[in-house]
Amino acid sequence: MKQFISFVKKEFYHIGRDRRTLFILLVMPIVQIIIFGFALTNEVKNSSIAVLDQANDVGTRSIIAELDASNYFTVQKNLNSYKEVESEFKKGKIKMVIVFPQNFATDIKHFNKAQIQFITDASDPNLANTMNSYASNIIMDYQNRINQDLKLPYRIKTEYRMLYNAQLKGAYSFVPGVMSMVLMLICTMMTAITIVKEKELGTMEVMLVSPVQPLKIVIAKAVPYLLLSTINITTILLLSVFVLDVPINGSIILLVSEAILFTLTSLALGLLISTVTDSQQTAMFISLTGMFLPTVMLSGFMFPIENMPLPLQIISNIVPAKWFYFIVKSVMIKGVGLASVWRETLILVAMTGFFLLLSIKKFKIRLA
Amino acid sequence: MSESVIITNELTKRFSNFTAVDAISFEVKKGEIFGFLGANGAGKTTAMRMLCGLSIPTSGRASVAGFDVYKQTEDIKRSIGYMSQKFSLYEDLTVKENMQFYGGIYGMSNKAIKQKTDYVLNTLHLENEAKKLVRSLPLGWKQKLAFSVAIFHEPSIVFLDEPTGGVDPVTRREFWNLIYEAAENGITIFVTTHYMDEAEYCNRVSIMVDGKIEALDSPTRLKQIFEAESMGEVFLKLARKAVRSE
Amino acid sequence: MRTLKFLLQKEFRQIFRDPSILRIIFIMPMMQLILLPQAADYEMKNIQLTVVDHDHSSYSQQLTSKITASGYFKLTDYSASYKSAIEDIEREKSDLILTIPARFEKDLVKENESKVFMAVNAINGVKANLGGAYLGMIIQDYNREVRLKWIQFPRLNPEPTIDITYSNWFNPLMNYKFFMVPGILVVLITMVGSFLATLNIVKEKEIGTIEQINVTPIKRHHFILGKLIPFWILGMVILTIGLSIARLFYGILPAGHFYTIYAFAAIYLFSILGLGLLISNYTSNQQQAMLISFFLMMIFILLSGLYTSIDSMPEWAKILTRLNPVTYFVEVMRMVVLKGSTLRDILPQTLTVLCFGMVLNCWAVLSYHKRS
Repeated sequence: MKQFISFVKKEFYHIGRDRRTLFILLVMPIVQIIIFGFALTNEVKNSSIAVLDQANDVGTRSIIAELDASNYFTVQKNLNSYKEVESEFKKGKIKMVIVFPQNFATDIKHFNKAQIQFITDASDPNLANTMNSYASNIIMDYQNRINQDLKLPYRIKTEYRMLYNAQLKGAYSFVPGVMSMVLMLICTMMTAITIVKEKELGTMEVMLVSPVQPLKIVIAKAVPYLLLSTINITTILLLSVFVLDVPINGSIILLVSEAILFTLTSLALGLLISTVTDSQQTAMFISLTGMFLPTVMLSGFMFPIENMPLPLQIISNIVPAKWFYFIVKSVMIKGVGLASVWRETLILVAMTGFFLLLSIKKFKIRLA
Repeated sequence: MSESVIITNELTKRFSNFTAVDAISFEVKKGEIFGFLGANGAGKTTAMRMLCGLSIPTSGRASVAGFDVYKQTEDIKRSIGYMSQKFSLYEDLTVKENMQFYGGIYGMSNKAIKQKTDYVLNTLHLENEAKKLVRSLPLGWKQKLAFSVAIFHEPSIVFLDEPTGGVDPVTRREFWNLIYEAAENGITIFVTTHYMDEAEYCNRVSIMVDGKIEALDSPTRLKQIFEAESMGEVFLKLARKAVRSE
Repeated sequence: MRTLKFLLQKEFRQIFRDPSILRIIFIMPMMQLILLPQAADYEMKNIQLTVVDHDHSSYSQQLTSKITASGYFKLTDYSASYKSAIEDIEREKSDLILTIPARFEKDLVKENESKVFMAVNAINGVKANLGGAYLGMIIQDYNREVRLKWIQFPRLNPEPTIDITYSNWFNPLMNYKFFMVPGILVVLITMVGSFLATLNIVKEKEIGTIEQINVTPIKRHHFILGKLIPFWILGMVILTIGLSIARLFYGILPAGHFYTIYAFAAIYLFSILGLGLLISNYTSNQQQAMLISFFLMMIFILLSGLYTSIDSMPEWAKILTRLNPVTYFVEVMRMVVLKGSTLRDILPQTLTVLCFGMVLNCWAVLSYHKRS
């Protein structure tokens, strides 16, 4: 035990001495949370649109005013002809043009029917889709309002309730995502790199000939990162509650224990990577390109998993972050207890065990 | 007496409040094998790095091959060779490729590179290893190769920083044969070492203690002055005065 | 010039000798380019719906089947109670609950008015909003059908309607991959270019060969060019492979000219490599260099408008995106590939990135010291 502690101390010295690295490890989560919380949203806010109003009557003017007043759109330009549409799109600023035909108001009045055309820059189909549906809603509202005077019969009213996130804030889905990303990266990448570094420098051999069990040496390397991650978990949670107003609805103890479990999974994965690589460069690339992008893309926090093709949906199951993301979302935001997340918890435990077993096995082979 | 190729005068290097090299003054003659001795931390490497233009002196004057260490470092670099403590050939290049690379960056012509490569391979008996990665060579060979690369472009002075660390006695012997050969060809050798038997091979030796040069003369004279049997004894007598430790 | 030749020769030899680096350079990005765009699909087409139907009338059934026929929703569960439906949401089996109250049909026919309730899992705000909006539109449509059935031509058209026609330019099939592939390609080029260059130099520092280089009369700019050019070429090679993959796997053929892309990429790589050099000058070991470049890359990528629209960001973040070279390349890539923009269209971006490149590289050259 005493030997073990001296190894742990040594690891702390390494980390403490390299101020730049330590700084980044502690500041990274803060910066991420702030960027994600405030800057990254999938919402459509203040999108620049232009109008081509060939009618310029009461009807069109009030629709334009409504579009501009909504949070979704900012009417930037009045175009005079169709020809301008393409050049505006090519400049890239305007994402949508709304075209009103001549005689818009009279058409409604006399024929009970009028037309509006939406032209979107669909290079980003999501954005185009979202803008189309938001704009349609605004126009529908307008239509309903003129209809109200008619007192239509047989009305179906719809009542909405937004569960968990009444203000539809982006942070609610990003905070759990950032948490899984940061923990995954710091633990996996840093453990893998520190162990491989000792291999590269040859100090690993020195330790292996010492009378300490190799397993202890490896665990000692992981301890400081476990501690560092605990600090990061705390920072992330504090920031999300006090800065981003994302509440913790479930049990904090459960949430923190799950986070620590996930940290262990990542550490085990880092260990595994370190046993199969010999250079820091390779270790880093595996943890980075192999882990970072899949974690961002396949954990469900950026892109819905149910939309992916089947093979990717299956692959997403081996991404530990996917399960952790689910757990954090459930516990932190939905406020459910262990009863609802025990399956995911077990999966993480199993993954951790598997990674550990595999790396111990690989480690032994290396020694033999 | 022939001309001096290295002249230093009160050369000093301070790192914040620590004086690594404290006002050293000496001269090295052309074609000499100059031993630069001192315990670890005595300031040998720092002094050498200043002379090679890797480190800017804090005060004092020095010139190498007639060039000033403050202003003409690029000219110095053209006239010297350097072999550092750390093994510094590219391990993932072959023997031949390393020579080609270093010859190339010193501006040697392709023809000269080729001739010299053949010559070095021949003298080191490395003909069969020419296409092997440096990584795969035993340490002794690597060191000899590193020395040959350091004098590949035929510099007038070569600086060797503990060139024989970790090498077996037989290889060290061979290594010193290479040094003698280079000295006969008129290359001035400036070498740091801990091995006292190696000090005996030098024409003149300086011994540094705590950043200062405490003794400088030929090995024979030094033994007389300090009434010692060997250079080892001379060194111990001086080193005992050291306050600094590693 | 000859010095440069020898430096380049050495770099290429080292790169091609190390199979693990080659793997990293070529295979990893390619795999990602092939796999990841498949994942990046935001289109709302499989919103999971739970229906709680307390009415069990023909109207409620008609409404349900109209919703499932729309293609946006996937009926995952018919729940007996709202409470069990909420459990579906908790288990992520459902995104949206539609509750049809008892007497839905009767109220509608007799009282002229009836209500349905929608509860949306709003953790992902956008999904919730869009899901709600789609469902609302379908219900309104259904409402209109019911109305038409009951009001047998008292007037031909009882309510004024506004018809909306949609035309989606540049990507009429609304294929999200057309949007993502060029963007992901940018990320890969950026990561490979900057990481590899940074690590390469820092590695020479770590193993000590840089010292050997420093005692040679090599000129500062030669040394830096010797490091820049190989990675610049690698970046271009990756771009070429990436564009071929885009063509083969996704059928993406740039609407604009290839030379526009290459011209911009050439300048872009120059500036991103400058950044790599700069990082390597300020770090002393590989671990540090990796971490710092990763940290910067992450911010660059997230704030590049690749995944989320820049328009929706707050002002301070918009300013940051303008200081980020990746933003410009993502923008240009998409402009050229999807809209066919020409060199003239991308001139502002080109000049900005060129400026970044000048500043970063000058800084890198000035901060690289051969002596301490």
